[in-house]
Amino acid sequence: MVQETRSEKRSATEKGKSQDRRTFLKQCLRGSPLLLGILPLEAKGAEEEDGYRPKEHLYGMGIDVDKCIGCGRCVDACKNENDVPREPFFFRTWVERYAVRGEDEVRIDSPNGGIDGFPLQADDGEVQRTFFVPKLCNHCSNAPCVQVCPVGATFTTEDGVVLVDPDYCIGCRYCIQACPYGARFLHPETRTAEKCTFCYHRVRRDLQPACVEVCPTKARVFGDTRQRSSPLARFFRFNKIQMLKAHLNTEPKVFYAALDAAVG
Amino acid sequence: MESADLYAHLHLVLKQVTGYIYPNEAELHWGLLVVVYPYLTGLVAGAFILASLERVFNVKALEPTYRLSLLTALAFMIVAPVPLLAHLGHPERAFEIFLTPHLQSAMAMFGFVYAWYLGVVLLLEIWFDYRKDMVVWAGQERGWRRWLHLALTLGATDVSEKSVDLDHKIGKTITIIGIPSAFLLHGYVGFIFGSVKANPWWSSVLIPVVFLFSAIVSGIALMVIIYMLSCMLRWKKVDMNCLDTLATYLFYALVIDFSLEMLDFIHRLYEAEESIKILSQLISSKLFISLVILQLFMGTVVPLVSLVLFSPVLHDRALVQIPDELRRMMYWGVAILIQLGIFSTRWNVVVGGQLFSKSLRGLTVYKMELLGLEGLLMGGFLLVLPLFILALLIWILPPWSDKEVSMQEVTQG
Repeated sequence: MVQETRSEKRSATEKGKSQDRRTFLKQCLRGSPLLLGILPLEAKGAEEEDGYRPKEHLYGMGIDVDKCIGCGRCVDACKNENDVPREPFFFRTWVERYAVRGEDEVRIDSPNGGIDGFPLQADDGEVQRTFFVPKLCNHCSNAPCVQVCPVGATFTTEDGVVLVDPDYCIGCRYCIQACPYGARFLHPETRTAEKCTFCYHRVRRDLQPACVEVCPTKARVFGDTRQRSSPLARFFRFNKIQMLKAHLNTEPKVFYAALDAAVG
Repeated sequence: MESADLYAHLHLVLKQVTGYIYPNEAELHWGLLVVVYPYLTGLVAGAFILASLERVFNVKALEPTYRLSLLTALAFMIVAPVPLLAHLGHPERAFEIFLTPHLQSAMAMFGFVYAWYLGVVLLLEIWFDYRKDMVVWAGQERGWRRWLHLALTLGATDVSEKSVDLDHKIGKTITIIGIPSAFLLHGYVGFIFGSVKANPWWSSVLIPVVFLFSAIVSGIALMVIIYMLSCMLRWKKVDMNCLDTLATYLFYALVIDFSLEMLDFIHRLYEAEESIKILSQLISSKLFISLVILQLFMGTVVPLVSLVLFSPVLHDRALVQIPDELRRMMYWGVAILIQLGIFSTRWNVVVGGQLFSKSLRGLTVYKMELLGLEGLLMGGFLLVLPLFILALLIWILPPWSDKEVSMQEVTQG
């Protein structure tokens, strides 16, 4: 307090200098590996430049398997929105088609991630049930990809979104190995790890992720997992929920309704 | 690989996929270079542990291989991080692992484990072991070789009995610290794989232990090859007692390694978790040659049987007596087969773990390139490079017992 009163008395230029020095020291400290994770150097949860308060949110997505018609518009919208390479090996989201033919036989396909929909499959009368399952990064609360990143380029935001810093990623691909869902890939041009961001750039502006926006059947629901008024809260109230590979204790934040045991 | 080449490559891969793989899994991320890395570190750890047998446990029969093992460990250690660096998407950012490591990450520890082992264990041990000799050599030599040895003493030229005695004591202490460090080095490499719960082929608490014992096996087998090769090149007689002792340690390490691998195998089979079907398919199709034929049969069973029959590993005499010449031939064969087997082990872990989809519904293929940073030629180069570095190290610091300076010579000046 004393220091602040003194600095108030200083001229404007002097005050500027002192702030610079403070910022400089803060940055030095932040860069020190010894202090990483030990000292909370910034008061987190504060309002950011654009007025967004990350700490007030915790995002998740609900997917109603019964509502998905496999049109692939979500896959297309995602590739457009996020500049994902068009080649059929890189997807932030994709749709799988399941055809269960008895206990042991499950046929799964996802031609080009389902971006152009699915070719008709002849039913030989053996198919018990068939359905589409949209997949994406599960933004796990206990994310293995975040744990294994050797430089901390993959991190979880305060609002629960798992992101990759492309300026920091060294491209070791350990996160790709650690993800149980196959949700990550190495971008062929940037040579850094990539994955779904829940369209973080849109969400911060109170917009829906692109895949949710374009879904014609509302099979995808996005929202705040803690707000009672969010569409996700309604999704939780009216459905029985499952998560993918729950036994791995990754605590996904993508929640499925009407998920079949055949889905892995 | 350029993007266009990568796309063409992945289209080819996609044609050979069986069953269902996640769309992002067409690209296999850890290829040949990541196989070479644990193979090289394994050789380092193995060679060092062998050296420590002489130093700490006083196995005098292994004396001819002591210094040679240390230099071999150093030569392979220098090359070990190169394949990792070459496979990074952004090698220029690799230093971030040292500067801002993410402490929860197993891989972030790489820099520290490596620096500790290279800097504190290997370099220090070699320096303390050679200091007296370097001082004496510098006194006897002329020209730049004299200056090189003098520079390597770092100015510590006191060769009084007290001082040399201190060298021995410190050297021994470092070796004692070095044994757990070697365990740490390779056990840690195993942990990088063993701790990936997303991958049922890797996720096993036994993997670090299996890595460790296979490292000891590969290191001893490598020293058998290098020792015999060095004798051949120097026209010296091979010390059969040393070779038989090496074979005995090799045999016991191999027995432990084999038992652990079988334990892992039986455990998986008995538990029969959800991944068992796809893993059985993996072994019987994609990994049949590299796992069943190369790793298990050629790399383990044949060497075990050969050693039991023709080498005095169980008693003072071998079960089947053969002339020394033939026994040396057998050791060549066994050591080379073991190298092949251990390389296959690394291959089966690293590449094998990526040949099945995490959906557990399909298998993919690994198509190795010939050229390029991650190609076959680069892999081969990185496997041979340590041998050239070793030749250079041997030239600077001759590890032969006839070059070693005895205390008597030192006192006589």
